[in-house]
Amino acid sequence: MIKINLLSSLLLMITIGISTLFSSNFVNASPVDTFEFNDEVTKVRFQALSKELRCPKCQNQNLADSNSPIAADLRHELYELLQQGKADSEVVNFMVNRYGEFVLYRPRVSSITYILWFGPALLILLGIIVVIVILRKKPVDKANLALKPEQQKKLQQLLQNESESESADSNPVDLNSANLNLESVEKE
Amino acid sequence: MSPQLVPQLLPELGHLALVIALAFSLCLSIIPMIGVHGSQPKLMNYAKPLASGMFVFTAISICILAYSFVVDDFSIKYVASHSNSHLPYYFKISAVWGGHEGSLLLWVFSLTAWTMAVAQFSKNIEQEFIARVLAVMGMIAVGFIAFTLLTSNPFERLWPNVPMEGRDLNPLLQDVGLIIHPPLLYLGYVGFAVAFAFAVAALMSGKMDAAWARWSRPWTVGAWMFLTLGIALGSWWAYYELGWGGWWFWDPVENASFMPWLIGTALIHSLAVTEKRGTFRNWTVLLAIFAFSLSLLGTFLVRSGVITSVHSFASDPSRGVFILVILAIAVGGSLTLYAFRASNVASFSRFALYSRETALLLCNIILVVAATTILLGTLYPLLVDALGYGKISVGPPYFNAVFVPIMSLLFIIMGIGPLIRWKKAKKGELRKQLVSPSVLSIAFGLLFPVIYGGEFNALVAMGMTLALWVFLVVIKDLLNQYKSRTILSLSQWGMTFAHAGIAVTIVGVTLVSSYESETNVKMALHESVEISGYQIEFNGIKHVEGPNYSAEQGQLNIYKINRDGENDFVALLKPERRAYRVQSMGMTEAGIDGGLFRDIYVALGDPLDGGAWAIRVHYKPFVRWIWLGALFMALGGILAMMDKRYRINSRVSNSSKSRMKNKNTAQMTSQVTNQATSELS
Amino acid sequence: MKKVIRFLPLILVIALGVVLYRGLSLNPQDMPSALVGKAMPDFSLLTLNDEAKTVTKADLVGDIILLNVWATWCPTCKYEHPYLLEIANDSKLNSQVKLYGLNYKDERLAAQQWLTNYKDPYQFSIFDEKGTLGLDLGVFGAPETFVIDHHGIIRKRFAGAIDVRVWRKEFEPLITQLISERQQGK
Repeated sequence: MIKINLLSSLLLMITIGISTLFSSNFVNASPVDTFEFNDEVTKVRFQALSKELRCPKCQNQNLADSNSPIAADLRHELYELLQQGKADSEVVNFMVNRYGEFVLYRPRVSSITYILWFGPALLILLGIIVVIVILRKKPVDKANLALKPEQQKKLQQLLQNESESESADSNPVDLNSANLNLESVEKE
Repeated sequence: MSPQLVPQLLPELGHLALVIALAFSLCLSIIPMIGVHGSQPKLMNYAKPLASGMFVFTAISICILAYSFVVDDFSIKYVASHSNSHLPYYFKISAVWGGHEGSLLLWVFSLTAWTMAVAQFSKNIEQEFIARVLAVMGMIAVGFIAFTLLTSNPFERLWPNVPMEGRDLNPLLQDVGLIIHPPLLYLGYVGFAVAFAFAVAALMSGKMDAAWARWSRPWTVGAWMFLTLGIALGSWWAYYELGWGGWWFWDPVENASFMPWLIGTALIHSLAVTEKRGTFRNWTVLLAIFAFSLSLLGTFLVRSGVITSVHSFASDPSRGVFILVILAIAVGGSLTLYAFRASNVASFSRFALYSRETALLLCNIILVVAATTILLGTLYPLLVDALGYGKISVGPPYFNAVFVPIMSLLFIIMGIGPLIRWKKAKKGELRKQLVSPSVLSIAFGLLFPVIYGGEFNALVAMGMTLALWVFLVVIKDLLNQYKSRTILSLSQWGMTFAHAGIAVTIVGVTLVSSYESETNVKMALHESVEISGYQIEFNGIKHVEGPNYSAEQGQLNIYKINRDGENDFVALLKPERRAYRVQSMGMTEAGIDGGLFRDIYVALGDPLDGGAWAIRVHYKPFVRWIWLGALFMALGGILAMMDKRYRINSRVSNSSKSRMKNKNTAQMTSQVTNQATSELS
Repeated sequence: MKKVIRFLPLILVIALGVVLYRGLSLNPQDMPSALVGKAMPDFSLLTLNDEAKTVTKADLVGDIILLNVWATWCPTCKYEHPYLLEIANDSKLNSQVKLYGLNYKDERLAAQQWLTNYKDPYQFSIFDEKGTLGLDLGVFGAPETFVIDHHGIIRKRFAGAIDVRVWRKEFEPLITQLISERQQGK
C-alpha cells in the first residue's frame, strides 16, 4: 500500500512545470481588448464572430473568452479583417483556410453534417409518428377481458388445489370483481 | 503504538475503510438476491444492515480524506497535488472533490448515501422488491468502488519523499461554488441510480404496475431536484467566476449533466402517468434506465479524455476503458433485461387524442428528442473523427439553433397539460379554458419588446409569450381548483411551482440573450463610459493582500442615468486581478452589482500605459431570473416529494403466511390473465 | 414486431459503445493542418541574421524542405534543438532535404543570441516578428515543423518536438516517399 514514489513525484513536478509554461499567466482572466471600431455594427459583428470561432489550441473555448496568445492574435486578425470591410463569410473562409473546419463552432452543412443538422427535425417527426401509432392502436374491448367459462373453471380448480394444500380458508377468488391493478385507477 | 505512527497510518485506514465498503457492497449485491430467489426473508433482511455498513465505511473513508486535507498531510499524493498550507480551511475541505480521485470518492459516497436512505425509508414497500432494489444499487457500488480502488486511489502515498508544501488548489476552484456545486450535482446525478434500481427490480420481478411507480416517484423527484440545483449552481458559478459573463456554454461536461436532467424530467412525468393511470409502463422503465445511463455516460465523458473540455479531469484512456465496461454491464444488462422482460400485459387504459395522457406523451417525446439532440451534438466531433473524416467542432451556435425550436414546442404543450382532462377532454371545455391564457400571453408577448426595448423583436416576443403562457395555465389551474373548493395536494402545489419556475427561467434566458450589452474600453483615471443607461467611472487601483494571493483591485463607481440626465450613485464595484502565490497563476474576480432586474458586471483587463486600464463592462438584464426559476423548480420538487400519499403506511397485512398466499394468488391470476389476453391480441 | 422493437435500445447502445471505445484511442487534441495538399503561402519577410535581406516564397521552393517554427520563449524548442542539429549534419539527409527556420513572434537580438549559444542548424531563419506567416500557415504554437515538397506543396504539419522516435514514426516515411517522387520526376 505504501509506494516509493520519488519518480512519480518528479514526473508530477515536470508535468506541472511544462503545462504552466505553455498556458498563459492569466488562465481564466477574460481578455479585454480595447479595439476601436469604425461603427457600432462592426463592433457587434466582431463580438458575434469572436464567439463563433474556436480557439485552435484551447480546451474548448471561443476566441472571445480565451487568453492564450494564439487567440489574442486571431482576435486581432479578426479586428483587422472587419475594419478592412470584409464580409462575415470572407472572414470565416480566411480562418478555415488556415486552421480547418475545427475553428467553426457552427459546423458547415455538408455531407458529413447532414445527420447533425437534420437529425433533430427527423427525430421530432419520428416522435409524432410514434404518438400517432400509439393513439391508433385498437382499443381492447372490455367485454372480451372477462375470462371465458373454461378458463374460469380452470382457475377455480387451481385455487382449490392450492387451498387444499394449506389449512387456511379457501374462498375461491372471483376474477371478475377482483381489482388486479390492471384496471386504471381513476384519481383526480 | 507511537504517536507519530498514527497520522502516518490514518490514510491507510481510509484506504482500508474503502476496501471494507467494497466487501459490504459485494455482499449487498449477492445475499439479498439469494434471499429473493430462495424465498428466504432472513437473507433479504440483510439488505438493510449491509447498506448501512457500506455507507458507514465510505463515510469514514471520505472523512479521513477530508481530515488529511485539513491537517496538511502532504504524504498523500492527492492532497499534495490539490492543497497548500496557506489555503483557507473551507477550501481545504472542498478540495477533497477538486480532482479526479476525490470527486470519484464523492460519487461513491453519494451512491452509498442514497442506498442507505432507500433502505431506511422503504417500510411500505414489499420486502422482496426492496431487496432487489438494494442489491442492484450494491452492484453499481461494487463497480465504482472497484474502479476507485484499482485505478484512482485517493490515498496513494508519496513515501518516503513527503513534499514540504502542496501544489495548491487551482485558483479557479478556490471559490464558494466548489463547496456546494459538486455535492449537489452528484447527489442528483447519482440519485438517478435509485430510479434505475427500481426499474431493474421491476423488470426482474415482473411487477411494473402503479404501485411500483408510486414507490419510485419520490426518490426520482428527489434526485431530479438535486440535479436541478446542481446545474443551476454550476451556471451561476461560471457566470460570476469565469469573467466573461456567460452562463451556459454547451460544453460537453455541462451537456453531460443536462441530458440526465431532461430525461429525468420526462421520467417524473411518466411515473405520474403510470401511477395514476397504469399506462406508459414500458416507457417509464425505459426512461429510468436511460436517465441513469446518461449519468454514467457523463461520468465516462468527463474522465476518459474522449472529449475536450475545460471541466474534464486529468484524462486517462485506461480509466476510460474501465468505466466503459461498467457502462456496458449496467446499461447493456438492464436493456437486455428490458428486451426480454418488458411488460406484455396490454394496458387497459385507453385514452383519447385530446387527453392529458397524449399531452404528457408528446412532452416526453420532445424531451427525449432534446436529450438525443444534445447527445448527437456532443458526440458528433468524436463520431466524425472515429470515421476518419477529420476534426470538426460543434458548439453553442449549433446547440442554440436546434434547442430553441424544440423547447418552444415543449412549452406550447406544457401550457395544455395542466388544464386538459385525463383520458378524454370534454368537448369545448378545453377550448374555453385556454382562451384567456392564450390571448393574454400573445398580447403580452407582442407588446413587451416594443415597450421594453423600443422596437419589435420576434425572438423576445416568442419567449415572453411562451413564458406567460406556461405561467398563466398553472395559475388558471389553481383558480379552477379554488373555485371548486378542492384542497390542493402538495403534489399539485409542486407542479405549480415547478412550472412557474420554468416560466421564470424562460424570461431570464430570453431577455438576457436579446438585451445584454458589452463594452471593452481603455479607461484612464476618472474616465467614464456609458452602457445601457448606466455610467461607469474608473477611480484607480488599490493593492490588496489575500490569504494566498495578492491582488490589484479596481475601484469603479456605478451610476444610473436618471430621467433628468443626472447620475444617481448605485454601487462601488471592486473587480480584482489576483496573482496566486503558489501556482503563480493569475485570475480575475469580476465586480458585480446584482439586482433582480439587471446585473452590472465589471472585469479588469491588462494595465495599459499612463495608468490606464483595459476594462470590460457587461449589462445583463434579468440574468438572475434564470437561476431564480431553477430555485422555484427545486421548491416544486420538494413539495411534490412531501406529498401525503408517499407517507402512508403499508396496508398489506403483516402475516407472512397470508402475504405469501396473496402473492401466489396474484401470480396465478396474472398468469392466467396473461394467457387470456395473449389469446385475444 | 413488438419483440424486435424491444431490442432497439440495446442495439443503439451497443453501437454507441463501439464509437466510444474507438474514441478512447483517438486524441481530441490532435490537430491536422488545413494546408496539407495546398501550396505554401506567399510571404515577404526579413531573415533573422541579416536584417537587410528579404526572402520570399521563391527562395524556399525547389527543394524538399523542413520548415521549423521556433522561438526563444518556447522551452520545448530547446529540447528539440539538438536533434535538429543532427538532422542538419546528417550528410545523407542534407543533400536531399533542407532545414529552414521560422522564428515566430520573437525578439531579433534574443533569437540571434540563442542561435549563437546553441548553434544554428538552419539554412536561414525567417524572422516573423508579427506572426503573419505563422498565421497564414495555421501555426498555433511552437515548436511545429512543416514538410514541403519540391513543388512548394505542404505535405505535413507536425506539432510538437522532434526526437528520434518521432522522426522515425512521423517524418521518415514521408521524406523517403518525397525523395523517390522527385527522382521519378513527379
